[in-house]
Amino acid sequence: MENNVKLLTETALRISGVNPRKCMKCGKCSGTCPNYDKMEYHPHQFVTMVDRGQIEKLMESDSIYQCLSCMACVERCPRGVEPGKLVEAVRLLKIRQQGMDRKGPIDIPPMVDENVPQQLLMAAMRKYRK
Amino acid sequence: MTYSYYPGCTLKDRAKELDLYARASAKALGIELKELPQWQCCGAVYPQASDEIASRLSSVRALMNAEEGKLVTMCSACHHVIKRTNYDWNNDENFRTKATNYMKAETAYDGSTQVLHFLELIRDEIGFEELAKRVVNPLKGRKIGAFYGCMLLRPGKVLAFDDPENPTIIEDFIRALGAEAVSFPYRNECCGAYVALEDKSAAVNQVDRALHSAAAAGVEELITACPLCRYNLVENAVKETMPVHYFTELLAEALGVKEVQ
Amino acid sequence: MQKIGVFVCWCGSNIAATVDVKAVAEAMKNEDGVVVSTDYQYMCSAAGQKMIQDAIHEHQLDGIVVCSCSPRMHEATFRKTAEAAGLNPYMVEIANIREQCSWIHKDIPEGTEKAIILARSAIAKLRHNMPLQAGTSAVKKRCLVIGGGIAGIQTALDVADAGFEVDIVEKRPTIGGRMAQLDKTFPTLDCSACILTPKMVEASQSEKINIISYAEVEKVSGFVGNFTATIRKKARYVDEVKCTGCGLCMAKCPAKKGKNEFNMELDNRPAIYIPFAQAIPNVAVIDPEQCNKLKNGKCGLCERVCTAGAINYKQEDELIEREYGAIVVATGFQPMDVNPLNELGYAENADVVTSLELERLMNAAGPSKGTLLRPSDGKHPHTIVFVQCVGSRCDENTKRGKPYCSKICCMYTAKHAMLIREKYPDTDVHVFYIDVRTPGKNFDEFYRRAVEQYGVDYIKGQVGKIANENGKLMVQGSDLINGEQITIAADLVVLATAIEPDPTARSIGTMLTSSMDTNDFFTEAHPKLRPVESPTAGIFLSGVAQGPKDIPETVAQAGAAASKVIGLLAKDHLVTNPCVAGSNELLCNGCSQCEKVCPYGAITYIDKEVRGPGVREVRRVAQVNPAVCQGCGACTVTCPSGAMDLKGFSNQQIMAEVDAICL
Repeated sequence: MENNVKLLTETALRISGVNPRKCMKCGKCSGTCPNYDKMEYHPHQFVTMVDRGQIEKLMESDSIYQCLSCMACVERCPRGVEPGKLVEAVRLLKIRQQGMDRKGPIDIPPMVDENVPQQLLMAAMRKYRK
Repeated sequence: MTYSYYPGCTLKDRAKELDLYARASAKALGIELKELPQWQCCGAVYPQASDEIASRLSSVRALMNAEEGKLVTMCSACHHVIKRTNYDWNNDENFRTKATNYMKAETAYDGSTQVLHFLELIRDEIGFEELAKRVVNPLKGRKIGAFYGCMLLRPGKVLAFDDPENPTIIEDFIRALGAEAVSFPYRNECCGAYVALEDKSAAVNQVDRALHSAAAAGVEELITACPLCRYNLVENAVKETMPVHYFTELLAEALGVKEVQ
Repeated sequence: MQKIGVFVCWCGSNIAATVDVKAVAEAMKNEDGVVVSTDYQYMCSAAGQKMIQDAIHEHQLDGIVVCSCSPRMHEATFRKTAEAAGLNPYMVEIANIREQCSWIHKDIPEGTEKAIILARSAIAKLRHNMPLQAGTSAVKKRCLVIGGGIAGIQTALDVADAGFEVDIVEKRPTIGGRMAQLDKTFPTLDCSACILTPKMVEASQSEKINIISYAEVEKVSGFVGNFTATIRKKARYVDEVKCTGCGLCMAKCPAKKGKNEFNMELDNRPAIYIPFAQAIPNVAVIDPEQCNKLKNGKCGLCERVCTAGAINYKQEDELIEREYGAIVVATGFQPMDVNPLNELGYAENADVVTSLELERLMNAAGPSKGTLLRPSDGKHPHTIVFVQCVGSRCDENTKRGKPYCSKICCMYTAKHAMLIREKYPDTDVHVFYIDVRTPGKNFDEFYRRAVEQYGVDYIKGQVGKIANENGKLMVQGSDLINGEQITIAADLVVLATAIEPDPTARSIGTMLTSSMDTNDFFTEAHPKLRPVESPTAGIFLSGVAQGPKDIPETVAQAGAAASKVIGLLAKDHLVTNPCVAGSNELLCNGCSQCEKVCPYGAITYIDKEVRGPGVREVRRVAQVNPAVCQGCGACTVTCPSGAMDLKGFSNQQIMAEVDAICL
């Protein structure tokens, strides 16, 4: 593994606390994911791809912004792998890079309708930028 | 009884009624919700990575400032973030040390505050039987479904709110108010969350499935504790629509204090 | 001064290629007490043994050290050699210069040096050896089998066949166990009841087998060959001798709301009932929770209709005390509670069933008389989804199930799928699986047949959620091969639920001081070489109590356990191992720590007059039952006052060995 990928992989595993080797590849996470069809890479693929040094593909994919953080896969994983935490870690590694905000304070207001709760705005700010 | 209370941002604006009805109902139940002084936004989403320290500090401050060892929350998101932060404080030494250093507080938080959602307060400190006795205006004949969403329930080990796959607390609450509680399988699934900002279709799919499932089970109106769930259930409902209230609104109605507001 | 002989074996080139055996023999001549030291090519051969015996006679030896292979290999051989020459067999020590020396070294000087040290160490120990006498204890010629499923029945039949008395204690009102509930068996598809019931009948007709049904073992004491068990025979309120099993009481009983345990509670049974038509004993039992007469004195109908006069509302529990030489644990299994996995909707949907429930739904004696109808509305299901590994193979920290593979589910699911496709070809059958595990004779062929001939659709992936929508079960899962998430609208969902040991296993294990693993399966004495024996002498394991297994494996293990029981009961006396613990009563402070740590229950405390220099008083002291003690030594290392010592491996002997190496 080249150095950058190695560092990214190690960081993702460390901050998520996920051990991909615990995965038995049963597909429960992807079977339970409510936003499966919107994702290019699915929860079980996050686990195997990070393990195989393909974290950069995940970082370049829109899938990191499709995870709803609903924690269904975290709750239901029979091996305690908890893929949702890894998706979050990969997203953080992406937006922590300089200039990699998904959305900024200028982008968001035009997207908002009058009923949008503050909770949603705050969540979006947390998920889309650092 | 007086409880320290953390209302959260949304309850000061778009979800004012969640807060107002809660306060009125609490009063009717002989409880005072004492708003924490100078509380700060919880951040709306729990930062799942272990090295996210600063984003959890506002929760720690709220936990520190709670009186009598209990902190009442109303919004699902605030409850989720503060409860999980509290769990981290008690289980993750790295977080505890770093957060203490960041805050430079004179006395460190001792980890002892119990985070109580208002529903938990009713269940565990008042009891649904007692609540039923206080109801003056039973919601007879109404078929109400509970939309739990994700944040109250998962991860079950940390939230310890109810069985994350087969919760009953809101159904028990509905029954205590004199209405018929109608259960449906998607009550503990996601509403589509914040992704609705960028792409409504995810929320539309989720809401569609949930509302269809609820309607099929015979639900005529839904209640929730989450402003984001309510937003999605109302604004992103396409095929099926139904009234969605905050649980406190029905509580106030049943306790006969709704009109006071 | 002892006279010691040292005999160094070459083991062909096994030892001699790496150890200079002559140098070792020569060096030992200088050790205190050694009067003869020699070497030979094969010490275990007849000539080698004769050489040792001649030396014992010639030099009047008090003890010998054989430098050879591991004592596991030939200690018994050389002990017999010594005994035949008139030497106490426990005056033999082995220095292992093969496995622990020549095989692991390449360099001759290094190997030789180590062999010398090992030999010296053995001599040092031998100097402290005492002649030991093995005792004997009588064997009670009766076997107790706990559990009357196929495992217990098979063990009982085999033991009885050898001419020994057997008691089967079964907690339910009838023997037969789980196998009686099954419809067909894989991979032959023969009717489970048809092959089981003849065995049940055979057991009941055997003069040597005594079936104690509706009973539980309450207490066990004693040791191998000499157990005493107290058995509580629960009141069934029906005289077992008088009852003819006619069933009239069942038909007349007005309280019909009892959950039918035999049918996995899918239908109801009367308060007085016989679990199933072929039950043995074919005797009714009254459920006191349901019976109006027993609850409030109102009714008594069964008593009036019973022509045999068998009903006895005043019957009480009966305690039976019996002695046994051997005990067999055959406590079996139950399906795991699937409620921790409620995303699968078992609690909320009648049409989400476990596999054992499906067995009853498909069985001719089941609630739907063998026609597969779904429980909610009694309609024929057209789309059926099976979910495998439900509760199996889970990480323990998730609290979602068991860490082990339940082993039987892949095969019974293939069986279910095949039988349904055979009987109801208009039914679509889908199976969500993680892996299909089919090791076993004709097992993979069977599974392939389900796919290829019967058109069962196997989907690699797991189910994430099951939701009821207008009576359809929407099964949402992943199809990992196709890379998609799919939702199947099913009429019936079958969960291949993990199996777990019967809940009584833990208390029985404690009662028998028979070790168990963290999943409450009984542990075998050796996972490979002693698979049907518990580490506790005289306790044998049969069936799923030891670990998940299917019927053929269970029957094989049951037979193996029986042969071990027969081997034990065939002896009139048992020779006890003299290397047992003993307590120095003068040093014992009565702390009970040894009693707590003893895995065999060999230690008890008694009040006893202790006499010694300046001491004469009654004290509470530890006492070891040498017939039960297995010589593990746990007590000797636990004893804080150094009172506990192990014969043949005393603290003094072990320290002498260590000193010989280190000083």
